[in-house]
Amino acid sequence: MLKLLKYALYDILKSRFALIYTFFLFLIAVSVYQISDDLGKVSLSLMNILIMIVPLIAAVFATTHFYNNLEFIELMLAQPVKRIQVFLSQLFAVILMLSLSILIGFGLPMLVWGADSGLLILLGVGVVLSAVFAGFAFLASVMTRDKAKAIGVSLALWIYFSLVYDGLVLYLIYSFADYPLEKPTLALVLLNPVDLGRILMLMQLDISALMGYTGAFFRQFFSSNTGWLIASSALLIWIVFPNWIALKVFGKRDF
Amino acid sequence: MKTQLCILISLIGMLSSNWLWAKEVVLNPKDPIQATIDRAKDGDTLVFLPGTYKLNSIVIRKPLTLIGKDYPVLDGDGKGNVLLIAATHVTIQGFKIRNTGKSNMDDSAAIKFFDSKNCIIQDNILSDTFFGLHFSNSSNLTIINNVIHAEAIREFEVGNGIHLWKCKNSFIGGNQVSGHRDGIYLEFVTETQVKDNLVQKNMRYGLHFMFAHDNSYIRNTFRNNGAGVAVMYTKNVLMQENRFEENWGSSAYGLLLKDIRDSKVVNNYFFKNTIGIYMEGSSRIEFENNDFRQNGWALKLMASCDQNTFLANNFIQNTFDMSSNGSVVLNKITQNYWDKYEGYDLDRDQIGDVPYRPINLYSVIVEKIPSAVILWRSFMVTLLDRMEKILPTLTPDQMIDESPKMKAYDLS
Repeated sequence: MLKLLKYALYDILKSRFALIYTFFLFLIAVSVYQISDDLGKVSLSLMNILIMIVPLIAAVFATTHFYNNLEFIELMLAQPVKRIQVFLSQLFAVILMLSLSILIGFGLPMLVWGADSGLLILLGVGVVLSAVFAGFAFLASVMTRDKAKAIGVSLALWIYFSLVYDGLVLYLIYSFADYPLEKPTLALVLLNPVDLGRILMLMQLDISALMGYTGAFFRQFFSSNTGWLIASSALLIWIVFPNWIALKVFGKRDF
Repeated sequence: MKTQLCILISLIGMLSSNWLWAKEVVLNPKDPIQATIDRAKDGDTLVFLPGTYKLNSIVIRKPLTLIGKDYPVLDGDGKGNVLLIAATHVTIQGFKIRNTGKSNMDDSAAIKFFDSKNCIIQDNILSDTFFGLHFSNSSNLTIINNVIHAEAIREFEVGNGIHLWKCKNSFIGGNQVSGHRDGIYLEFVTETQVKDNLVQKNMRYGLHFMFAHDNSYIRNTFRNNGAGVAVMYTKNVLMQENRFEENWGSSAYGLLLKDIRDSKVVNNYFFKNTIGIYMEGSSRIEFENNDFRQNGWALKLMASCDQNTFLANNFIQNTFDMSSNGSVVLNKITQNYWDKYEGYDLDRDQIGDVPYRPINLYSVIVEKIPSAVILWRSFMVTLLDRMEKILPTLTPDQMIDESPKMKAYDLS
């Protein structure tokens, strides 16, 4: 397993994509730190970028990685190793690389210019979103046999979760404005990992406004650790669930 | 000249003789307190030795100075008032007063003043009182450095920390009030100064005043109250250098202004309140050099307000800078610093060349549907806001700052 992981990581580093990605994130973070003077603003700008970019890169990169390594995977499957190990080594390699890129790209400027709890949570959200969308990408990859189609599916998932879903929720909120909506909206938001990451950040940046919400349910959610616990465990499910299905499919797939 | 001198000398003589006549009485917990007070002459000083005094409704009707040595405890035993005072020149200093009755029938208080003048209440520690200090129809009061704390759970179980009704020419300074319904409550109070108080964790308002004209509130801190300060039906108020912090909740404001006229709000600091300032029905108020930071809404300006000016304030890192309930704008907003401003300054005069719109689309939506706040900062909402900035349709197009500052004011 470790050996497989090592080979997968070597492979990723050889492609240079990791370096470019890290450098790109680093550049963004440095410029944001240069422009804005206080940490709140920095975490705001970085959040806006991270919520968009990170899932996109994770989805595209994980899909291409899977297809580029398809021959290697097939070769490995011919060896006496378990399928689960082959799959997990590839997945972990991708998640590890994406997370490291974020941690280095955003983390280094934070080390230099300082960070607050919001920025640290931002790093965490970045890592989690990478893992979630790598999972989606692997799922898309094992379900289809065509690289272009898999990338298409990953991109569709990205657009859906980053843009379309919020539009739908907003539409629902607007249509049912006369009803008590706090529980349904909160439940709807739990069904979207990008929103979950955003809400963890909201609880850092806009807690004053969130506390103003009239519904007792909302207030309870945001005021205590309950909100944290629920949001993070929902995110955890979002990491595990797609990967678990992908693993099942991968285990049965006929290469 | 000579006659004047004579009068002066005789006056001094009278005063000093009065002082000479006045004597000091020392009391310990076993003494009959009411009897001693009744026996005392005008101007006497009563010194209470350390210990616990069980007292109820002790009445003082003459000028006396009550001094506690090493904070003796006056315990009301959960019944009625502890001290009742209707006199001039009474000083009460250095006591721990606790356990008044808990009743709205007689508004039980630790110390209750009626029709009094020139009284000083200083350095007392009040705990577990229904009302802390209660004054009615009095004037020239000096209320300084008292610590007043209650531990009620619900609003109706407790009265106000410092309660003034129909008083004037008073000074309330350096007190710490917590856990009461209203920290400081002023009704029909005029020409009074409230200064350097720390008011926190009260259920309703930190400072509440109604029909209280010509007062000033300076350098107070209002933290974590139901609402920081509520000002109602009042004119000519000066609010200066106060701090309004962390007043959180569905109806929590740093400062609530309702039907206020001709007042000034200057150099205050609003930090992490759900709503920094909420105002309705108010006119001719000048807001100058205030610092709004990290509030949910820095300003909720209802359409019923007119002729107010917002000049040279800082709006930094608020979730929403401003919201309103109508499209009529009768107020003047100018030369403020808005950290969300994205304009440019080609002529380098430190004033942005394009106007700033403090109300964004999503704050209008959240005003209508509060639960929509959960989608704030999502990509979808950001897109909507951008569109609205280019083509305003829902937001009031008159609500603009024509000359936004490029750099924040240094207001520290």
